[in-house]
Amino acid sequence: MQQIFNFIIRNSNRLLFLLLLGISLTLTIQSHSYHRSRVISSANFLSGGVYERINRVNEYLNLRAENDELVLENARLKSLLFNKEDTTKAPLPDSIKGVKPADIIVSKVIHNTYNTHENYITLNSGNNEGVKQDMGVINSLGIIGVVDNTSANYSTVVSILNMKSRINAKIKKSNHFGSLTWDGKSTGFVQLEDVPRLASIRKGDTIVTGGQSSIFPEGINIGTVENIYKKNNTSFYVIRVKLFNDMTNLGHVYIIKSKDREEIINLENQSKEKNE
Amino acid sequence: MSSAVLVNIFRFIMLLAIQIVIFNNMNFLGYISPFPYILYIILYPVNSNKAGLIISSFLLGLTMDMFCNSGGIHATACVILAYYRPYIFKFSFGLSYEYQTIKLNESLTPERFSFILVSVLMHHIVLFVLEAFQFKFVWDILLRTLFSSIFTIITSIIIIYLIKPNKR
Repeated sequence: MQQIFNFIIRNSNRLLFLLLLGISLTLTIQSHSYHRSRVISSANFLSGGVYERINRVNEYLNLRAENDELVLENARLKSLLFNKEDTTKAPLPDSIKGVKPADIIVSKVIHNTYNTHENYITLNSGNNEGVKQDMGVINSLGIIGVVDNTSANYSTVVSILNMKSRINAKIKKSNHFGSLTWDGKSTGFVQLEDVPRLASIRKGDTIVTGGQSSIFPEGINIGTVENIYKKNNTSFYVIRVKLFNDMTNLGHVYIIKSKDREEIINLENQSKEKNE
Repeated sequence: MSSAVLVNIFRFIMLLAIQIVIFNNMNFLGYISPFPYILYIILYPVNSNKAGLIISSFLLGLTMDMFCNSGGIHATACVILAYYRPYIFKFSFGLSYEYQTIKLNESLTPERFSFILVSVLMHHIVLFVLEAFQFKFVWDILLRTLFSSIFTIITSIIIIYLIKPNKR
Protein backbone atom coordinates (compact mmCIF):
# COMPACT_ATOMS: atom_id res chain seq x y z
CA MET A 1 0.00 0.00 0.00
CA GLN A 2 2.77 2.35 1.05
CA GLN A 3 4.57 1.63 -2.19
CA ILE A 4 1.51 2.35 -4.26
CA PHE A 5 1.12 5.74 -2.59
CA ASN A 6 4.81 6.44 -3.06
CA PHE A 7 4.53 5.52 -6.71
CA ILE A 8 1.55 7.80 -7.19
CA ILE A 9 3.23 10.71 -5.41
CA ARG A 10 6.49 10.24 -7.27
CA ASN A 11 4.83 10.06 -10.68
CA SER A 12 1.99 12.46 -10.01
CA ASN A 13 2.82 14.70 -12.96
CA ARG A 14 3.13 11.81 -15.36
CA LEU A 15 -0.12 10.25 -14.20
CA LEU A 16 -1.86 13.60 -14.47
CA PHE A 17 -0.49 13.97 -17.98
CA LEU A 18 -1.64 10.52 -19.02
CA LEU A 19 -5.09 11.09 -17.53
CA LEU A 20 -5.63 14.39 -19.32
CA LEU A 21 -4.13 13.01 -22.53
CA GLY A 22 -6.57 10.11 -22.31
CA ILE A 23 -9.52 12.43 -21.83
CA SER A 24 -8.57 14.71 -24.70
CA LEU A 25 -7.79 11.83 -27.06
CA THR A 26 -11.14 10.26 -26.25
CA LEU A 27 -12.84 13.54 -27.08
CA THR A 28 -10.91 13.72 -30.34
CA ILE A 29 -11.66 10.18 -31.45
CA GLN A 30 -15.28 10.47 -30.40
CA SER A 31 -15.65 13.66 -32.43
CA HIS A 32 -14.37 11.90 -35.55
CA SER A 33 -17.20 9.39 -35.56
CA TYR A 34 -20.17 10.88 -37.26
CA HIS A 35 -23.18 9.54 -35.52
CA ARG A 36 -22.28 10.58 -32.02
CA SER A 37 -22.81 14.17 -31.03
CA ARG A 38 -19.73 15.87 -29.75
CA VAL A 39 -19.41 16.66 -26.05
CA ILE A 40 -17.51 19.89 -26.55
CA SER A 41 -19.25 22.05 -29.14
CA SER A 42 -19.75 25.72 -29.69
CA ALA A 43 -23.49 25.39 -29.18
CA ASN A 44 -23.40 26.48 -25.57
CA PHE A 45 -23.96 29.54 -23.48
CA LEU A 46 -20.34 30.71 -23.30
CA SER A 47 -19.03 30.34 -26.82
CA GLY A 48 -22.40 31.08 -28.38
CA GLY A 49 -22.57 34.33 -26.45
CA VAL A 50 -19.03 35.32 -27.37
CA TYR A 51 -19.60 34.53 -31.03
CA GLU A 52 -22.78 36.55 -31.02
CA ARG A 53 -20.90 39.58 -29.71
CA ILE A 54 -18.17 39.18 -32.34
CA ASN A 55 -20.78 38.73 -35.02
CA ARG A 56 -22.48 41.98 -34.10
CA VAL A 57 -19.29 43.80 -35.02
CA ASN A 58 -18.69 41.76 -38.17
CA GLU A 59 -22.23 42.39 -39.34
CA TYR A 60 -21.51 46.08 -39.80
CA LEU A 61 -18.53 45.28 -41.95
CA ASN A 62 -20.58 43.03 -44.22
CA LEU A 63 -23.63 45.25 -44.55
CA ARG A 64 -22.90 46.09 -48.16
CA ALA A 65 -22.60 42.49 -49.32
CA GLU A 66 -25.67 41.50 -47.31
CA ASN A 67 -27.64 44.36 -48.83
CA ASP A 68 -26.63 43.36 -52.33
CA GLU A 69 -27.78 39.84 -51.67
CA LEU A 70 -31.12 41.04 -50.32
CA VAL A 71 -31.65 43.30 -53.30
CA LEU A 72 -30.93 40.40 -55.63
CA GLU A 73 -33.32 38.13 -53.80
CA ASN A 74 -35.95 40.86 -53.79
CA ALA A 75 -35.54 41.26 -57.52
CA ARG A 76 -35.91 37.53 -58.01
CA LEU A 77 -39.02 37.37 -55.85
CA LYS A 78 -40.50 40.41 -57.62
CA SER A 79 -39.92 38.78 -60.98
CA LEU A 80 -41.70 35.68 -59.70
CA LEU A 81 -44.57 37.82 -58.52
CA PHE A 82 -44.92 39.74 -61.78
CA ASN A 83 -44.68 36.64 -63.94
CA LYS A 84 -47.27 34.82 -61.94
CA GLU A 85 -49.58 34.17 -64.87
CA ASP A 86 -46.75 32.25 -66.56
CA THR A 87 -46.63 29.63 -63.86
CA THR A 88 -49.59 27.64 -65.05
CA LYS A 89 -47.90 24.45 -64.06
CA ALA A 90 -49.81 21.74 -62.26
CA PRO A 91 -49.71 22.29 -58.49
CA LEU A 92 -46.79 20.66 -56.76
CA PRO A 93 -47.66 17.17 -55.55
CA ASP A 94 -46.86 18.18 -52.00
CA SER A 95 -49.71 20.62 -51.78
CA ILE A 96 -52.31 17.97 -52.56
CA LYS A 97 -52.23 16.85 -48.96
CA GLY A 98 -53.14 20.37 -47.93
CA VAL A 99 -50.11 20.82 -45.71
CA LYS A 100 -46.85 22.37 -46.64
CA PRO A 101 -44.06 19.83 -46.32
CA ALA A 102 -41.69 22.21 -44.61
CA ASP A 103 -41.57 25.17 -42.27
CA ILE A 104 -38.81 27.72 -42.33
CA ILE A 105 -36.92 29.16 -39.37
CA VAL A 106 -34.87 32.26 -40.17
CA SER A 107 -31.52 32.28 -38.43
CA LYS A 108 -28.15 33.95 -38.59
CA VAL A 109 -24.64 32.55 -38.92
CA ILE A 110 -22.60 33.80 -35.98
CA HIS A 111 -19.50 31.73 -36.62
CA ASN A 112 -18.24 29.97 -39.70
CA THR A 113 -15.11 27.91 -40.33
CA TYR A 114 -13.83 26.73 -43.70
CA ASN A 115 -10.12 26.15 -43.18
CA THR A 116 -10.15 22.61 -41.74
CA HIS A 117 -11.28 19.25 -43.06
CA GLU A 118 -14.29 19.17 -40.78
CA ASN A 119 -16.00 22.51 -40.77
CA TYR A 120 -18.85 23.63 -38.58
CA ILE A 121 -21.10 26.67 -38.57
CA THR A 122 -22.71 28.14 -35.45
CA LEU A 123 -26.21 29.65 -35.70
CA ASN A 124 -27.98 31.91 -33.23
CA SER A 125 -31.18 29.92 -32.89
CA GLY A 126 -31.67 26.72 -30.95
CA ASN A 127 -34.23 24.58 -29.16
CA ASN A 128 -36.25 27.64 -28.16
CA GLU A 129 -36.94 28.40 -31.80
CA GLY A 130 -37.66 24.75 -32.57
CA VAL A 131 -34.33 23.79 -34.14
CA LYS A 132 -33.57 20.09 -33.81
CA GLN A 133 -30.80 17.76 -34.89
CA ASP A 134 -30.71 16.77 -38.60
CA MET A 135 -32.63 19.73 -39.94
CA GLY A 136 -31.44 21.14 -43.25
CA VAL A 137 -29.92 24.62 -43.51
CA ILE A 138 -30.08 26.66 -46.73
CA ASN A 139 -29.85 30.28 -47.83
CA SER A 140 -31.10 32.15 -50.85
CA LEU A 141 -28.41 30.66 -53.10
CA GLY A 142 -28.34 27.01 -52.08
CA ILE A 143 -27.73 24.48 -49.36
CA ILE A 144 -25.35 25.07 -46.48
CA GLY A 145 -25.44 22.03 -44.19
CA VAL A 146 -27.27 19.93 -41.62
CA VAL A 147 -27.88 20.81 -37.95
CA ASP A 148 -25.60 18.79 -35.66
CA ASN A 149 -25.97 19.97 -32.05
CA THR A 150 -28.44 22.32 -30.44
CA SER A 151 -28.65 24.16 -27.15
CA ALA A 152 -31.35 26.50 -25.88
CA ASN A 153 -30.33 29.45 -28.05
CA TYR A 154 -27.60 28.22 -30.40
CA SER A 155 -26.97 25.36 -32.75
CA THR A 156 -24.02 23.97 -34.71
CA VAL A 157 -24.28 22.92 -38.33
CA VAL A 158 -22.19 20.35 -40.22
CA SER A 159 -21.22 22.44 -43.22
CA ILE A 160 -21.25 20.86 -46.69
CA LEU A 161 -17.53 21.66 -46.52
CA ASN A 162 -17.11 18.83 -44.03
CA MET A 163 -15.63 15.51 -45.07
CA LYS A 164 -18.13 13.66 -42.90
CA SER A 165 -21.11 15.25 -44.60
CA ARG A 166 -23.05 13.14 -47.12
CA ILE A 167 -26.10 14.66 -48.73
CA ASN A 168 -28.38 13.11 -51.31
CA ALA A 169 -28.31 15.13 -54.53
CA LYS A 170 -29.39 14.69 -58.13
CA ILE A 171 -28.96 16.16 -61.57
CA LYS A 172 -31.82 18.53 -62.15
CA LYS A 173 -32.74 17.48 -65.66
CA SER A 174 -32.32 13.72 -65.44
CA ASN A 175 -33.13 12.59 -61.88
CA HIS A 176 -29.94 10.50 -61.63
CA PHE A 177 -28.84 10.85 -58.04
CA GLY A 178 -25.64 10.49 -56.07
CA SER A 179 -24.23 11.58 -52.76
CA LEU A 180 -22.59 14.90 -52.19
CA THR A 181 -19.25 14.85 -50.35
CA TRP A 182 -16.25 17.09 -49.95
CA ASP A 183 -12.62 16.16 -50.58
CA GLY A 184 -11.24 18.79 -48.21
CA LYS A 185 -9.47 20.82 -50.86
CA SER A 186 -11.28 23.85 -52.23
CA THR A 187 -14.01 25.86 -50.51
CA GLY A 188 -15.76 26.56 -53.82
CA PHE A 189 -16.20 22.95 -54.97
CA VAL A 190 -17.80 19.76 -53.68
CA GLN A 191 -17.96 16.25 -55.18
CA LEU A 192 -21.01 14.33 -56.30
CA GLU A 193 -20.17 10.64 -56.07
CA ASP A 194 -21.84 7.41 -57.13
CA VAL A 195 -23.62 8.81 -60.18
CA PRO A 196 -24.30 5.95 -62.60
CA ARG A 197 -22.53 6.17 -65.97
CA LEU A 198 -25.84 5.83 -67.73
CA ALA A 199 -26.54 9.43 -66.80
CA SER A 200 -25.91 11.95 -69.54
CA ILE A 201 -24.19 14.88 -67.95
CA ARG A 202 -22.70 18.00 -69.45
CA LYS A 203 -20.59 20.72 -67.99
CA GLY A 204 -22.85 23.44 -66.63
CA ASP A 205 -25.76 21.19 -65.64
CA THR A 206 -27.44 22.14 -62.40
CA ILE A 207 -27.21 19.91 -59.34
CA VAL A 208 -30.08 20.06 -56.83
CA THR A 209 -30.99 18.16 -53.67
CA GLY A 210 -32.63 14.81 -54.26
CA GLY A 211 -35.94 13.61 -52.94
CA GLN A 212 -34.44 10.64 -51.12
CA SER A 213 -33.27 12.50 -48.08
CA SER A 214 -35.84 13.55 -45.54
CA ILE A 215 -33.62 16.43 -44.45
CA PHE A 216 -33.92 18.67 -47.49
CA PRO A 217 -36.97 19.09 -49.69
CA GLU A 218 -36.39 18.10 -53.30
CA GLY A 219 -34.97 20.59 -55.77
CA ILE A 220 -32.95 23.05 -53.71
CA ASN A 221 -30.02 24.45 -55.66
CA ILE A 222 -26.50 23.23 -54.92
CA GLY A 223 -24.25 24.12 -57.83
CA THR A 224 -23.25 23.45 -61.42
CA VAL A 225 -21.19 20.65 -62.96
CA GLU A 226 -17.57 21.73 -63.41
CA ASN A 227 -15.70 18.50 -64.27
CA ILE A 228 -16.72 14.87 -64.73
CA TYR A 229 -14.37 12.02 -63.82
CA LYS A 230 -14.72 8.29 -64.23
CA LYS A 231 -13.91 6.33 -61.12
CA ASN A 232 -11.53 3.46 -61.84
CA ASN A 233 -13.13 0.05 -62.40
CA THR A 234 -16.58 1.13 -61.33
CA SER A 235 -19.62 2.13 -63.27
CA PHE A 236 -19.91 5.45 -61.50
CA TYR A 237 -18.99 9.03 -62.25
CA VAL A 238 -17.49 11.48 -59.81
CA ILE A 239 -18.63 15.01 -60.58
CA ARG A 240 -16.90 18.14 -59.38
CA VAL A 241 -19.64 20.61 -58.49
CA LYS A 242 -19.10 24.36 -58.37
CA LEU A 243 -21.20 25.71 -55.52
CA PHE A 244 -23.64 28.58 -56.01
CA ASN A 245 -22.90 29.61 -52.45
CA ASP A 246 -19.76 31.34 -51.33
CA MET A 247 -19.28 29.27 -48.19
CA THR A 248 -16.72 31.72 -46.86
CA ASN A 249 -19.28 34.51 -46.66
CA LEU A 250 -22.57 33.53 -45.04
CA GLY A 251 -25.13 35.80 -43.40
CA HIS A 252 -28.76 34.95 -42.85
CA VAL A 253 -29.84 31.35 -43.39
CA TYR A 254 -33.08 29.39 -43.35
CA ILE A 255 -33.50 26.22 -41.31
CA ILE A 256 -35.93 23.75 -42.86
CA LYS A 257 -38.29 22.00 -40.51
CA SER A 258 -39.49 18.98 -42.46
CA LYS A 259 -42.91 17.97 -41.22
CA ASP A 260 -42.82 14.54 -42.80
CA ARG A 261 -39.44 13.64 -41.43
CA GLU A 262 -40.52 11.99 -38.19
CA GLU A 263 -43.19 10.03 -39.97
CA ILE A 264 -40.72 8.81 -42.59
CA ILE A 265 -38.14 7.81 -40.01
CA ASN A 266 -40.68 6.01 -37.85
CA LEU A 267 -41.93 4.10 -40.84
CA GLU A 268 -38.42 3.13 -41.91
CA ASN A 269 -37.53 2.00 -38.42
CA GLN A 270 -40.63 -0.12 -38.23
CA SER A 271 -39.84 -1.97 -41.42
CA LYS A 272 -36.23 -2.37 -40.32
CA GLU A 273 -37.31 -3.98 -37.07
CA LYS A 274 -39.62 -6.31 -38.89
CA ASN A 275 -36.83 -7.54 -41.15
CA GLU A 276 -34.36 -8.14 -38.35
CA MET B 1 -2.45 34.62 -4.48
CA SER B 2 0.92 35.78 -5.56
CA SER B 3 1.29 38.22 -8.40
CA ALA B 4 2.78 35.52 -10.64
CA VAL B 5 -0.44 33.51 -10.46
CA LEU B 6 -2.49 36.60 -11.25
CA VAL B 7 -0.25 37.44 -14.19
CA ASN B 8 -0.70 33.91 -15.53
CA ILE B 9 -4.48 33.99 -15.16
CA PHE B 10 -4.54 37.33 -16.93
CA ARG B 11 -2.34 35.95 -19.71
CA PHE B 12 -4.55 32.86 -20.04
CA ILE B 13 -7.68 34.94 -20.57
CA MET B 14 -6.10 37.61 -22.77
CA LEU B 15 -4.36 35.15 -25.11
CA LEU B 16 -7.55 33.12 -25.50
CA ALA B 17 -9.56 36.27 -26.20
CA ILE B 18 -7.07 37.51 -28.80
CA GLN B 19 -6.93 34.07 -30.40
CA ILE B 20 -10.69 33.69 -30.67
CA VAL B 21 -11.54 37.24 -31.70
CA ILE B 22 -8.69 37.95 -34.11
CA PHE B 23 -6.46 35.05 -35.06
CA ASN B 24 -9.14 32.39 -35.55
CA ASN B 25 -10.66 34.59 -38.24
CA MET B 26 -7.49 35.25 -40.21
CA ASN B 27 -7.66 32.24 -42.58
CA PHE B 28 -4.73 33.48 -44.59
CA LEU B 29 -4.75 31.91 -48.10
CA GLY B 30 -7.78 29.92 -47.05
CA TYR B 31 -6.23 27.57 -44.53
CA ILE B 32 -3.44 29.20 -42.58
CA SER B 33 -4.27 30.58 -39.16
CA PRO B 34 -1.69 31.28 -36.48
CA PHE B 35 -2.21 29.92 -32.97
CA PRO B 36 -0.36 32.32 -30.68
CA TYR B 37 -2.47 31.23 -27.69
CA ILE B 38 0.16 28.58 -26.92
CA LEU B 39 2.35 31.46 -25.75
CA TYR B 40 0.66 30.82 -22.42
CA ILE B 41 2.42 27.45 -22.20
CA ILE B 42 5.68 28.84 -23.57
CA LEU B 43 5.80 31.80 -21.18
CA TYR B 44 4.72 29.88 -18.06
CA PRO B 45 7.38 30.40 -15.36
CA VAL B 46 10.18 27.81 -15.57
CA ASN B 47 10.26 26.59 -12.01
CA SER B 48 6.59 26.86 -11.17
CA ASN B 49 4.20 24.06 -10.39
CA LYS B 50 4.24 21.53 -13.22
CA ALA B 51 0.88 19.99 -12.38
CA GLY B 52 -0.62 23.47 -12.54
CA LEU B 53 0.81 23.95 -16.02
CA ILE B 54 -0.55 20.63 -17.29
CA ILE B 55 -4.04 21.23 -15.89
CA SER B 56 -4.24 24.83 -17.08
CA SER B 57 -2.96 23.82 -20.53
CA PHE B 58 -5.67 21.20 -20.72
CA LEU B 59 -8.29 23.82 -19.86
CA LEU B 60 -6.75 26.20 -22.40
CA GLY B 61 -6.97 23.61 -25.15
CA LEU B 62 -10.47 22.56 -24.13
CA THR B 63 -11.70 26.14 -24.35
CA MET B 64 -10.17 26.43 -27.81
CA ASP B 65 -11.89 23.18 -28.83
CA MET B 66 -15.19 24.52 -27.61
CA PHE B 67 -14.83 27.58 -29.79
CA CYS B 68 -13.46 25.74 -32.82
CA ASN B 69 -15.83 22.75 -32.69
CA SER B 70 -12.80 20.52 -33.00
CA GLY B 71 -13.44 17.72 -30.52
CA GLY B 72 -10.31 17.51 -28.39
CA ILE B 73 -7.42 18.24 -30.72
CA HIS B 74 -6.31 21.50 -29.13
CA ALA B 75 -6.54 19.96 -25.65
CA THR B 76 -4.39 17.00 -26.72
CA ALA B 77 -1.78 19.17 -28.40
CA CYS B 78 -1.60 21.56 -25.43
CA VAL B 79 -1.29 18.80 -22.83
CA ILE B 80 1.48 17.13 -24.83
CA LEU B 81 3.35 20.42 -25.22
CA ALA B 82 2.94 21.22 -21.50
CA TYR B 83 4.26 17.82 -20.44
CA TYR B 84 7.28 17.86 -22.74
CA ARG B 85 8.14 21.49 -22.08
CA PRO B 86 10.98 20.65 -19.60
CA TYR B 87 12.59 18.43 -22.23
CA ILE B 88 12.43 21.22 -24.80
CA PHE B 89 14.00 23.53 -22.22
CA LYS B 90 16.78 21.01 -21.75
CA PHE B 91 17.22 20.77 -25.52
CA SER B 92 17.37 24.53 -26.06
CA PHE B 93 19.12 25.87 -22.98
CA GLY B 94 21.26 22.94 -21.93
CA LEU B 95 21.08 20.83 -18.80
CA SER B 96 21.44 23.64 -16.32
CA TYR B 97 18.23 25.40 -17.31
CA GLU B 98 16.64 24.84 -13.91
CA TYR B 99 19.25 26.93 -12.15
CA GLN B 100 19.00 29.85 -14.48
CA THR B 101 16.20 32.30 -14.34
CA ILE B 102 15.14 32.26 -17.93
CA LYS B 103 12.91 35.11 -18.91
CA LEU B 104 11.64 34.51 -22.39
CA ASN B 105 10.37 38.02 -22.77
CA GLU B 106 13.80 39.56 -22.91
CA SER B 107 15.92 40.01 -26.00
CA LEU B 108 15.66 37.21 -28.52
CA THR B 109 18.72 34.99 -28.35
CA PRO B 110 19.17 31.88 -30.53
CA GLU B 111 18.35 29.67 -27.52
CA ARG B 112 15.06 31.43 -26.91
CA PHE B 113 14.20 31.30 -30.59
CA SER B 114 14.95 27.58 -30.82
CA PHE B 115 12.77 26.98 -27.76
CA ILE B 116 9.83 28.78 -29.35
CA LEU B 117 10.44 27.03 -32.68
CA VAL B 118 10.51 23.51 -31.22
CA SER B 119 7.47 24.16 -29.01
CA VAL B 120 5.40 25.56 -31.85
CA LEU B 121 6.37 22.74 -34.23
CA MET B 122 5.52 20.10 -31.65
CA HIS B 123 2.13 21.61 -30.91
CA HIS B 124 1.23 22.12 -34.56
CA ILE B 125 2.25 18.65 -35.74
CA VAL B 126 0.10 17.01 -33.07
CA LEU B 127 -2.72 19.41 -33.84
CA PHE B 128 -2.83 18.87 -37.59
CA VAL B 129 -2.24 15.12 -37.44
CA LEU B 130 -5.19 14.73 -35.10
CA GLU B 131 -7.28 17.10 -37.18
CA ALA B 132 -6.81 15.17 -40.43
CA PHE B 133 -6.78 11.77 -38.70
CA GLN B 134 -6.03 9.99 -41.95
CA PHE B 135 -2.73 9.10 -43.50
CA LYS B 136 -3.68 10.02 -47.03
CA PHE B 137 -3.29 13.68 -46.12
CA VAL B 138 0.40 13.51 -45.24
CA TRP B 139 1.39 16.33 -47.57
CA ASP B 140 -1.55 18.41 -46.50
CA ILE B 141 -0.60 17.95 -42.84
CA LEU B 142 3.03 18.88 -43.47
CA LEU B 143 2.10 21.96 -45.51
CA ARG B 144 -0.38 23.19 -42.95
CA THR B 145 2.06 22.55 -40.12
CA LEU B 146 4.84 24.40 -41.91
CA PHE B 147 2.88 27.49 -42.88
CA SER B 148 0.90 27.76 -39.67
CA SER B 149 4.09 27.34 -37.64
CA ILE B 150 5.78 30.16 -39.50
CA PHE B 151 2.83 32.45 -38.84
CA THR B 152 2.50 31.38 -35.22
CA ILE B 153 6.18 32.06 -34.59
CA ILE B 154 6.02 35.49 -36.19
CA THR B 155 2.90 36.53 -34.27
CA SER B 156 4.27 35.03 -31.05
CA ILE B 157 7.47 37.03 -31.27
CA ILE B 158 5.49 40.18 -32.01
CA ILE B 159 3.24 39.54 -29.00
CA ILE B 160 6.24 38.83 -26.76
CA TYR B 161 7.74 42.16 -27.72
CA LEU B 162 4.44 43.95 -27.21
CA ILE B 163 3.84 42.60 -23.70
CA LYS B 164 7.47 42.95 -22.63
CA PRO B 165 7.42 44.47 -19.13
CA ASN B 166 9.46 47.64 -19.29
CA LYS B 167 11.20 47.44 -15.95
CA ARG B 168 14.26 49.56 -15.79
